[in-house]
Amino acid sequence: MVNLTDAEDVNPKGLSVSAENDADITVEQNTDTPVDEFPAEDLVFDASDLSVYYGDFRAVRDVNMLIKRKEITALIGPSGCGKSTVLRSFNRMNDLIPTARVEGTLLYRGVDLYDERVDPVEVRRRIGMVFQKPNPFPKSIYDNVAYGPRVAGRKKGLDDVVEHSLKKAALWDEVKDRLQESAIGMSGGQQQRLSIARAIASDPEVLLMDEPCSALDPIATARIEELMAELKDEYTILIVTHNMQQAARVSDRTAFFSVEVDETSDRRTGLLVEYTNTEKLFSNPDDERTENYITGRFG
Amino acid sequence: MADISIPSTSAGAVGRDPLTVDALAGPRKRARKESFIKGIFFIAASVSIIISILIVASLVREAWTFATGVEWAKTWGQNGWFPRQGVYDMPTLLVSSLIVTVVAMLVAGPLGLGSAIYLSEYASKKTRSLLKPVLEVLAGVPSVVLGFFALFFISPQVIERIGRNGWLVIGALIFVAYIALVIGWARNLVQREAGTSIGTQVKRILILTALVATALILLWWINSVAGSADPAADNFFTVKRSGQLAAAAVGVGILTIPLVASVAEDALASVPKELRDASAGLGARKMTTTIQVVLPAAVSGIVAAFIIGISRALGETMVVFMAGGAADAARFTSSPFEGGLTMTAGMASLATGTDNVVGEGLTFQSLYFVGFVLFVLTLTLNIVAGRFVNRVREKY
Repeated sequence: MVNLTDAEDVNPKGLSVSAENDADITVEQNTDTPVDEFPAEDLVFDASDLSVYYGDFRAVRDVNMLIKRKEITALIGPSGCGKSTVLRSFNRMNDLIPTARVEGTLLYRGVDLYDERVDPVEVRRRIGMVFQKPNPFPKSIYDNVAYGPRVAGRKKGLDDVVEHSLKKAALWDEVKDRLQESAIGMSGGQQQRLSIARAIASDPEVLLMDEPCSALDPIATARIEELMAELKDEYTILIVTHNMQQAARVSDRTAFFSVEVDETSDRRTGLLVEYTNTEKLFSNPDDERTENYITGRFG
Repeated sequence: MADISIPSTSAGAVGRDPLTVDALAGPRKRARKESFIKGIFFIAASVSIIISILIVASLVREAWTFATGVEWAKTWGQNGWFPRQGVYDMPTLLVSSLIVTVVAMLVAGPLGLGSAIYLSEYASKKTRSLLKPVLEVLAGVPSVVLGFFALFFISPQVIERIGRNGWLVIGALIFVAYIALVIGWARNLVQREAGTSIGTQVKRILILTALVATALILLWWINSVAGSADPAADNFFTVKRSGQLAAAAVGVGILTIPLVASVAEDALASVPKELRDASAGLGARKMTTTIQVVLPAAVSGIVAAFIIGISRALGETMVVFMAGGAADAARFTSSPFEGGLTMTAGMASLATGTDNVVGEGLTFQSLYFVGFVLFVLTLTLNIVAGRFVNRVREKY
C-alpha cells in the first residue's frame, strides 16, 4: 500500500496511488478534496525524490509527482524554478547537457527511465517533445514530419503517416498542396503546429511541451490550446507554461514550482510546492506560496 | 487660475530667452577636431586600397605586354614551361596547379571537415579547449618548414613508400577492417550481447577470414602481374629521393587543414542548438542528427570552407616551390608522382633575388601574366566563397 497523504510529507505527489496489486488504484488528493480513481495502467509517470543537478549545482530538488494517462498536466512557476528542467528529465533530454545528472527515481509505466540499460534514444521515440521556439528543420514540410518515423527505420507508408499527423495537428488543410515546400517559410503558428505534427508522427505515448506558445501571438496560441484539448484523447500531455491563464484553461492538474535561494552561495534551487487539481490550485491552494504566486504577489 | 512656475536652471534667464541655432551649434573647435580625426582614419583606410590598386595596375600592365607580345600559336602546346628559352606553355603550369590543388583538398577536405565535426558536435569542452590550440599551431607552421617536411619526409617516406604501392594501402585497410570486425565480434562473444549463438559468431569469423585472405592474395597477384615498368618505383624498400607534385600537394593539404576546419566549424556552430534538440527529441541518434540535420543546415558554409581551402591551396607557394620537384622550368606532366611547376612555384623560382630576370624578351612579363591569371582565379574563388558564407548567416 502506497500512501503519500501523510501531513508531514513536504512534497506530496499530488495524487496518491494505493493498490494491493494491479487492480483498481485509488488516487486521493493530498488534502481533503475528493478522491480520484483510475486503473493501474493509467499511471504514466511516477517521480520520487527526483533532483536534477548541473555539475555540483542542484537545479531542482525532491520532485514527487504522479502523472495520469490522457490528462494534461501543467508545470507552472517563476523563472528559474526548474520546471523546464523537470520536463526535460522526463524524456532524458537533459542527457544532452554534459554535466546534467539526475537523482531519485523516475518510473515510466513502471520502468526506471534512468536505469543504465535504458537507451535515451528509445525513450525519446516514445516520449515526444515540442519546444519553446518553433524549430522546423530546413527541409520540406513533408520531410520534417517524416523525420521521426525515418530515423526509427520506417520506409513504407510515410505518406499516410505524414497526412495523419498533419491532420491531427490541424495543419493538413493549410499545407496539403505544398508539402514539398520548405518549412522555413511558414508562419510561427504554423511552424509550431508542424513541430507538434512532427512529434506525433513518431507515434509517441506522451507529449512534453516546453512553453509551446511563448513565441506565438494570441490567435496562434488559441489554436494550439484547442489542439491540445483534442490531442488529450490520445496522448498524455505535460506542458510547461509561463502563462497561468493557459495552465488554468488547458490542464487537468497543475504543479506549482518555486525557487529557494541559498543565502550563502546565492544559488537558486527549484522545488515543487504544490501539485493538485488545476481547479483547486487556482481557486483554493493549500500553500501560501502558491497563493502569492497566482494572485500576482510574487514571481 | 493656477500659478504655474517653470523650474529654472541656475542661469535663471536661459529658459525664457529665444533659442537660436547658434546656441545649439556647439564650439567650432570640436567640429574641426572631429573632422581631423576622421581624416586620419580615412587616409589609413585609403592607403591599403591605393596599394591594392597599384598592385593590380602593375600586374595588368605587364601581363598585357606579355599577352599582346607573345606569339600564342607558337608557344601554346609546347611540351613544357621554359620561360628562359621563350617557351611559355600555360597548361603545364595550370595542370600542375590543378593536381596540387586536387590532391591537397583530398587531404584537407576530409580531415578539415572531420575535425570541424568532431570539435563542434562531439568533443567535450575540455577536449575542445585542448584540440583547438593544436589546430591553430598547425595553422601557424611557416610554410618553409612544411616545405622541408614535404621534401624530406612526405616525399620519400609517405609518397614513395605508400603512394606508389597502392595495393599495399588497400591491403592494409582491408586487414585493419578485418581485425576491427573480428575484435568486435569477439567482444560480443564474450559479453553475449548480440543474441546470436557462439556457432554463428565463429562461422562468421571463419567466412570473413577466408574472404580477406582471398582478397589479399588477389591483390598481391594483380600487383606482381601488372607492376609498373620501373621496378624501383614499385619496391616498398627502395626510396627515390626527389620532390614530386604529390608530396608538395600533401604538404599544402596539411597547411590547409586548419583553414578548412575553422571555417567549417564556424558554419556548424551557427546551426541553432534548437535544431539539434528537435532532432534528439524525435529519437534521432547523434550521428543521424549530425548527418541529416546539422550538415545540411550548414552546407553552404561547408562549401565555402572548401572553396576557401582551394583558393589557399592554389596560392600556396613555398611548399610547392621546395618540394614540387622542379627548378625554374618543367616538362608538361599530368602525373602527381613526377616533378612539376605550379603557377606560384614557376613565378617564385624565376624571380628570386633580383628583378633582372634573364631570358629571352618576355620572360619577365610572363611571370606577371601567370600572376594575373592566379589573381583572377583566387579572387573569383574568394568572392564565391563569401557569397556562400553570407548565405549561412542569412538563414538563421
